[in-house]
Amino acid sequence: MSEVLVLVDHVDGEIKKVTFELLTAARQIGEPSAVVVGSPGTAAKLKESLAAYGAAKVYVAESDDATGYLVTPKVDVLAALVEKAAPAAVLVAATADGKEIAGRLAARTGSGLLVDAIGIENTAGSGDGAVVVAVQSIFGGAFVVKSKSNKGTPIVSVRPGGLEAEQAQGAAAEEAVDVPAADAAKSARITGQEPIVGGDRPELTEASVVVSGGRGVGSAEQFEVVEKLADAFGAAVGASRAAVDSGYYPPQFQVGQTGKTVSPQLYVALGISGAIQHRAGMQTSKTIVAVNKDAEAPIFEIADFGVVGDLFAVAPQLTEEVGKRKG
Amino acid sequence: MPNIVVLVKQVPDTYSERKLSDSDHTLDRESADAVLDEINERAVEEALLIKEAQGGEVTVLSVGPDRATEAIRKALSMGADKAVHVSDPALHGSCVLQTSKVIAAAIGKVDGVDLVIAGNEATDGRSGAVPAILAELLGYPQLTHARKVTIEGASIKVERETDEGITHLEASLPAVVSVGEKINEPRYPSFKGIMAAKKKPVETFTVADLGIDAGEVGLANASSSVLEAAPKPPRAAGQRVSDEGDGGVKIAEYLIAQKLI
Repeated sequence: MSEVLVLVDHVDGEIKKVTFELLTAARQIGEPSAVVVGSPGTAAKLKESLAAYGAAKVYVAESDDATGYLVTPKVDVLAALVEKAAPAAVLVAATADGKEIAGRLAARTGSGLLVDAIGIENTAGSGDGAVVVAVQSIFGGAFVVKSKSNKGTPIVSVRPGGLEAEQAQGAAAEEAVDVPAADAAKSARITGQEPIVGGDRPELTEASVVVSGGRGVGSAEQFEVVEKLADAFGAAVGASRAAVDSGYYPPQFQVGQTGKTVSPQLYVALGISGAIQHRAGMQTSKTIVAVNKDAEAPIFEIADFGVVGDLFAVAPQLTEEVGKRKG
Repeated sequence: MPNIVVLVKQVPDTYSERKLSDSDHTLDRESADAVLDEINERAVEEALLIKEAQGGEVTVLSVGPDRATEAIRKALSMGADKAVHVSDPALHGSCVLQTSKVIAAAIGKVDGVDLVIAGNEATDGRSGAVPAILAELLGYPQLTHARKVTIEGASIKVERETDEGITHLEASLPAVVSVGEKINEPRYPSFKGIMAAKKKPVETFTVADLGIDAGEVGLANASSSVLEAAPKPPRAAGQRVSDEGDGGVKIAEYLIAQKLI
């Protein structure tokens, strides 16, 4: 069976959930090989979890340069591995970094780029003749598209939360590979990093539950009602553009066409009318629950369960119910 | 005095319904209202701010059908000096890699480029990769998703902001920068700017003018192709109840039945 390279997304010695989703997707195509690019000693910390999600091999590319420059060290390592291992595909997370890595890798290796997949299919069955088809959801979920690469090795970026991770035992056999020296004239040096201080809530695009508030929340102070429900679920907090533009919540939490695209298991919309702008960022959620005063609000057209009512009555009651259930 | 190229793109308005054409699964650009992509205005603004502080020249570059002239005019009326427009029917259906190759070649038509500025991600394609691919093709450092740009002589510093947090970056010019939502507030074109824009030079190139064979671009030679495309069956509206004082409980019951809590 041919190898499928999976770039491991990790921060501070911990693997991001999307990596497990990538490993799961890789098993549709062939045998997953995890690629760890990081500072010396990183792979040792990650190996066990990679094995638990079916990584047959772990390529270890460790050096100080690997974390000293933006994006390019990962592209360098993957490009060398594409040449050496002739994989059936390369999968990376469709994050800001991942999309850039995928784009550069495709350009450098003369390969086809499949962007922001929510699923991966192999139309040839597993084996050496794998035909990789990416399932994509575009225009904010209005169209579902299937596409394939015509050249080189398919390079696929996969949307976090797009598919579900499943465990499988893998050997996780380590193999050290070089990190090519960085060309200073062509690279951007990282001189400092400030991780996001988002508190204890999960990241918006990684969360399995998202609770969002819209204009109906009415003020920044009253967003507390959204946060309390989110915390009961262990969810991320989102906001509609209307809420962000009104200054109720910071822009980095905006869900919608000009904000983040999320596809959690459960999306709870509080006081959000459901303009196309907003729906584009959340309509691929598995289950949508909406609370709005206006029975005509378009959000009800896509909600699996809707309550016409005052969010300040409904949300606290739901918070209490969820608390009881989890308590 | 940095010589700056700003990339702009005409996109379908996200407030209108966007479609794919039935015949070849490409974006149906006629069916939706077209606008200058919002993030591009921030890219233009940033270029103008740098020019106002340090001098230099701002060239707008767009690859797209004739309609893209509207986006170019808007950028010129904001204050950019001149424009390059690559328009060629052969480009129809080009993939992101082919498009990037064309943009890179067109950048080569502008003398002594120090800085390329783009939006971080267009609202239509959303590949989020064009600036990075350009950096790869041009052999420039990439300083993408910027929320702050500082240029000192031949070096550039950028604060990159993504979901991961802030990363401080440093590189030497020439470089590729992409800007994020928070970089600035774009200016409105003044009446004087709109009038002046009409007299600003716009150079038009075909693919052949850029030294690229028409056979290298377009749908037939794209590095990836769409096998099938279907409008997603509209989400059916589910249950809807009016709150009778038990709305929260009703939701909880639904979620329990769905095994979501």
